[in-house]
Amino acid sequence: MKLCLLCENETEIESWLPFFGAKAPRLCPKCLEKLVKITGPSCRLCSRPMEESGICSDCEGWGESVFVSNQSLYVYNEAMQSIIARFKYRGDYVLASIFADDVRRMTLAAACDLICAVPLPPTRLAERRFNQSEALIEAAGLAHVSLISRSESDKQSKKSRMERVNATQTFYPIGDAAGKSVLVIDDIYTTGATIRLVAKALMEAGASSVKSITIARSGS
Amino acid sequence: MTHASFFAGRELIDEEFKTLPDEHIATRPAIHFDGGQPRCNRCNNTTNFASHPCARCGNICTYCRNCIEMGKISSCTTLYTWIGPPPEHHENAGTLHWTGTLSAGQKTASSNVERAICHSSEHLVWAVAGAGKTEVLFQGIASALFAGKRVCIAAPRSDVVRELAPRLTTVFPDTPPAVLYGGSPDRNTYSPLVIATTHQLYRFYHAFDVLIVDEVDAYPYTFDRSLQFAVQKARKPESALIYLTATPHAEWQSEVKKGKREATLIPARYHRHPLPVPKTEWCGNWKKTNVPKNVLLWVKTKVEEGQRLLIFYSHIDTMEKALPLFKEIDLRIESVHAADPLRKEKVAAMRRQEIPVLLSTTILERGVTFPGIDVAVIGAEDAVFTESALVQLAGRAGRSADYPTGEILFFHYGKTDAMMKAIRQINEMNRLGIERGLIDR
Ligand SMILES: [Zn+2]
Ligand SMILES: [Zn+2]
Ligand SMILES: [Zn+2]
Ligand SMILES: [Zn+2]
Repeated sequence: MKLCLLCENETEIESWLPFFGAKAPRLCPKCLEKLVKITGPSCRLCSRPMEESGICSDCEGWGESVFVSNQSLYVYNEAMQSIIARFKYRGDYVLASIFADDVRRMTLAAACDLICAVPLPPTRLAERRFNQSEALIEAAGLAHVSLISRSESDKQSKKSRMERVNATQTFYPIGDAAGKSVLVIDDIYTTGATIRLVAKALMEAGASSVKSITIARSGS
Repeated sequence: MTHASFFAGRELIDEEFKTLPDEHIATRPAIHFDGGQPRCNRCNNTTNFASHPCARCGNICTYCRNCIEMGKISSCTTLYTWIGPPPEHHENAGTLHWTGTLSAGQKTASSNVERAICHSSEHLVWAVAGAGKTEVLFQGIASALFAGKRVCIAAPRSDVVRELAPRLTTVFPDTPPAVLYGGSPDRNTYSPLVIATTHQLYRFYHAFDVLIVDEVDAYPYTFDRSLQFAVQKARKPESALIYLTATPHAEWQSEVKKGKREATLIPARYHRHPLPVPKTEWCGNWKKTNVPKNVLLWVKTKVEEGQRLLIFYSHIDTMEKALPLFKEIDLRIESVHAADPLRKEKVAAMRRQEIPVLLSTTILERGVTFPGIDVAVIGAEDAVFTESALVQLAGRAGRSADYPTGEILFFHYGKTDAMMKAIRQINEMNRLGIERGLIDR
């Protein structure tokens, strides 16, 4: 018997499934059904849901870069907001395991040479005790390389969209990614500003291309 | 604010204060390891932990998932307590501003509570719904505050805490209570008088000379061992513990009857009328019909007579299926459940008599009173309707002196032990009330 990581009710699994090596889900059906996968037409670059597939107006505005594309798993709805708040701000590390299978599957599909986490500024990291991006990668049983680091900066989540779009670079290269394709894994994709700054620093580290995977896609 | 008044009686983590005093502070690790087994020193959880490489201390840290909403506790977290002199009380602490009179039953309870507080012992006040249990506390709290003691009233739900707060502020204006629940503005206010949800007790350590636990029978207190632990942690080793309840669970009832538990029973209401006794009526398989025929007929007749009703359902889904059928009788009929965003508005509308019939899950079983209502329970045999829940539901009827009678119907698909015990308990209270001259006939 397994308890749901969110509501502590029992999770259910068809009794014959364990024979075939299936693991009990980390969430009960009730909590699971609140998570909505992003399906249907979306932006080829950032996976924002759209009327028909193509490139969204935001992405058009960004212009050329080594950043190839972002893939997001779930809609950032109320249930997802509360999971991410509990995971990242309350510090409930184990919630990363909810997405382990998803992250592993998408990482394989992305077929990149290296995986890189999004670093936190040092004081923020000490405050939170762990880096949510690293937690997602570790929970999926994957290895990541330290290619970039981050200097102190203002709190990203309190900034307005405008400020974020014009955010200044705080990431800098510390490793060698010469000629490699790099996959970045993080919790939320909002405006794409962060991932583009990360991509820029990775390019300075020599990366040939950068893709990203995020658990949730916020923003309309 | 002085260090003493900020820290006194509380056990806090680094994130909960700005500066640490240079002296008078004791510490202990937040997570205790017993042969490798973790136990949370704040909430006593021993089963729900996780761990990860910790960027703060560089080790693999174990953290408590049970109380994480109150601020994360890891194996590298320290708990801080104040061991210096306590803050001084207001010179008028303990002056009681109250002119009401106690019923004979309340008087006995009041002096027993005061004695228990004086002797730092345990006492249970078993008072039927409508007996006026809060007033029973006033005298005891007054003498405790006067003696420089610190008092806490803890209740399982924040609605009860918020309802108690203004009443105690009125009677103890010199020591207005600090009111604590999740997200309350009083979080860092010191007062010798505290009103808190039982959950907030986790943040206290050997703080109170008098701890009063309201609605001991209520969810989640009965089910949550760690909350019981919080009560023991928050009170001083030498302190009074007062329990208030309308329906103690079976074990306590028998302890009271055998004289093994110090208790005062107030079997009658303040208005001196007997408690209305529930009747039972078979209604077939309500899970299929949602609204059985005889229930519909009963409601229709009552609504036509202008009688307002409170109808309890065991499950939200059945209740939501039943609602449209009731709306055919009167469109103003509404339903309410715990997570209903309009819960407060609907209850207020019921109070203003704008809603003729309110369907509810058991969330309204206690605390809420509407004058002049009749009560029905649909599917009274369901497991959620325990003896104590049924006594509480029945306690919603006949509350006002102007309408002290009220009808209570248990509609069922097979009588249960709980139903019969609830009715027996109510009859027993009425018998005792008459015997003790607390009920006029
Ligand atoms: Zn769940
Ligand atoms: Zn896009
Ligand atoms: Zn804990
Ligand atoms: Zn640590």
